Amino acid sequence: MVTRGFVGRRQPPETGARLPPGQYLTEDFPILQIGPNPTVDLATWTFTLRAGSRPIKAWSWAEFEALPRTTWKGDIHCVTKWSKFDTTWEGVSFDDLLADAGIEAPTNFLLAESHDDYTTNVPVADLVGGRALVATRYEGQPIHPDHGGPARLFVPHLYFWKSAKWVKGLRFTQVDTAGFWELRGYHMYGDPWREQRYIGD
Amino acid sequence: MIESVIEPVVFRWHEAEITALSPVTPHVRSVRLRCSLAEAYRAGQHVDVRLTAEDGYQAQRSYSIASAQDGSGTLELMIEALPDGEVSGWFSHLAEIGDRVELRGPIGGSFSWDGPDGGPLLLGGGGSGVVPLLAMLRRRAQGWRQIPAALIYSARTRAEAIAVAELERLAEADPNFSLHLATTREPGGKRIDAPLVAEALARIGAPGKVFLCGSNRFVAAASDLILAEGVAPGLIRTERFGA
Repeated sequence: MVTRGFVGRRQPPETGARLPPGQYLTEDFPILQIGPNPTVDLATWTFTLRAGSRPIKAWSWAEFEALPRTTWKGDIHCVTKWSKFDTTWEGVSFDDLLADAGIEAPTNFLLAESHDDYTTNVPVADLVGGRALVATRYEGQPIHPDHGGPARLFVPHLYFWKSAKWVKGLRFTQVDTAGFWELRGYHMYGDPWREQRYIGD
Repeated sequence: MIESVIEPVVFRWHEAEITALSPVTPHVRSVRLRCSLAEAYRAGQHVDVRLTAEDGYQAQRSYSIASAQDGSGTLELMIEALPDGEVSGWFSHLAEIGDRVELRGPIGGSFSWDGPDGGPLLLGGGGSGVVPLLAMLRRRAQGWRQIPAALIYSARTRAEAIAVAELERLAEADPNFSLHLATTREPGGKRIDAPLVAEALARIGAPGKVFLCGSNRFVAAASDLILAEGVAPGLIRTERFGA
């Protein structure tokens, strides 16, 4: 359905090729979250892997910072339509977390859990093979609380709501279990290149 | 989490026709649209708007709904003209009555309110962030005026404050509603501060629901001030726009 008089702003081809459908390029870094920043104290911070309710392994901040580091550089895409190019994130890869815990993933799905009670689901297959981090640095600096610091999940090939801010742990689940936004009409998987914003997309 | 889980919904694109256009402020235009979505939304929710060019190129943006459901089969958006805005530019300069666009939603169940959710309601809006809060106040005025409500509203100038006349009329006519306006770019103006938040809380008592919407700087400042007054973080829901 054509809207009379609408022409739109075409991107240069090199920008357009990097933008998933329905996205636009932004230079700033918008902040979207369900409530205020939670208070997170590094002295008591722990990151916990769980299988259901059973803890598998927990790290203190010092222990977490001592794990092998991985750097990722590239583009991120938010379901609210902005994309940001050439961002740099550093943290611990999901592979290195499992290796340090001495386990293989016990199920094919998990829920990321945050200090503000936010949750989001991601298939394990989307986290292994260097595809995801628990990030603690953005552009070389500790992540500001506004952007999810001290630690956020980072899964850049999915819409950014999957990259849970203030993450406190990952809970393996037997089945793919909807998180906060997925219970409210957002897509279970969230691939920006297939424009999976909402259920049914 | 204090809210109940919402049934998963499928958002599809719906055709919508512009039925009315009017200026709200020098930079904000009211756009009323006839659309089937107008029969089922909660105050505070937003819609995605999609425009399509003749060659098939499309652009989408999200806009909060300003109206409360009123049985007219229409809903109202208030669209601020952003510099170089791809979608807002079309609405601000080219849109005419009878033009057609597409909408889907309503989106954003966690940032929404209806009378049965109760109160007291503490609302904080910065600039065009007041739009979803205006929808909540319009909903409240449809039969929930016994619920105490306060709106803290930060705008650059009075001329740029959205629906300020409507809000002031409501505050005059309704002893359970108070408006706390802070203008930041006028002589004698100020940003929101602790006394303003304390004054709003004194009018409504301990809030049952807090909704904050605006720029990141506004929402962060308002959250900090409200938390400092002892309000539980779990009561606060936020929506922010970029920059």
